[in-house]
Amino acid sequence: MRELTLHLLDLAANSVSALSQNICIEVVEDTISDRLCMSVKDDGKGMSAEMVSKVCDPFVTTRTTRKVGLGIPLLKAAAEACNGSFKIESEPGAGTYVEAEFQRSHIDRMPLGDLAATFLTLLIGTPEVHWIFRYKVNDKEFLFDDSPVKKELGDIPLSEPLVINFLRVYLSDGINSIRPQDFK
Amino acid sequence: MEKVKSLEDLKKLREEALEKRTAKAMSGQKEIIVGMGTVGIAAGARETLKAILDYIEKENLTDLVVRQTGNIGLDSFEPIVQVVIGDQPKVSYGHVTPDVARRIMKEHIVGGIVVKENRIEG
Repeated sequence: MRELTLHLLDLAANSVSALSQNICIEVVEDTISDRLCMSVKDDGKGMSAEMVSKVCDPFVTTRTTRKVGLGIPLLKAAAEACNGSFKIESEPGAGTYVEAEFQRSHIDRMPLGDLAATFLTLLIGTPEVHWIFRYKVNDKEFLFDDSPVKKELGDIPLSEPLVINFLRVYLSDGINSIRPQDFK
Repeated sequence: MEKVKSLEDLKKLREEALEKRTAKAMSGQKEIIVGMGTVGIAAGARETLKAILDYIEKENLTDLVVRQTGNIGLDSFEPIVQVVIGDQPKVSYGHVTPDVARRIMKEHIVGGIVVKENRIEG
């Protein structure tokens, strides 16, 4: 993975596979304390303590089509290589919280990447999930909760061209208006 | 607040979208499925899906269903896109770069002709 947002997409895909109904993605950049923290919280089926302890092992996956899962171990290694940290909290039946933190200015930190495209593809590709996206830079925040949008649209699917246009512009304007310009 | 204004925009948008949809309902559901497992994502599935959404927006294609799914089980072919039209059998495509995705949209979704070069047989 070359971007942090691709890891977010991967974590979110895990949450969708865990049959979550509500998924909240947060990215917090603090240019003063020089930290970048991203997290995914879901209310899916969760994992046992044993599974959580194993999940950072590159040879663990719930998938049956292939034996090796690499998403989480790669993200953990990336965070730890950047003076950061990684944690998973999970409870069977309650959900999972995954968080990765980085030293923002670390030379090895992957660029954040295309946050707007990541949110857009999740929103439209898995409309059955209730999504909350929060992007915070210092004291500025862009918060997107899809429920008022879905309520307003009623039976119009999110994949209609006019809706895609609305969501694409809304997300990218909101994100770009607070995105720091120093480095990616 | 900007958000309130946007929800107002949505109301107008909903009416407009409704008008367009009723005109061509019943023409057989068209579904586009993009594999978004770890391997798919690493191979560029987000850009593939983004290209599909951009195409729908640009060409104003209504009544399509776009979905993402987990690992399909054919890692070496990622990114993978599957197309289902009405009750025809599902067609799977491999190595779907944004360019290939646009071609599938144009030739298969709009034109009804399978893009043979990227089709995964079997």
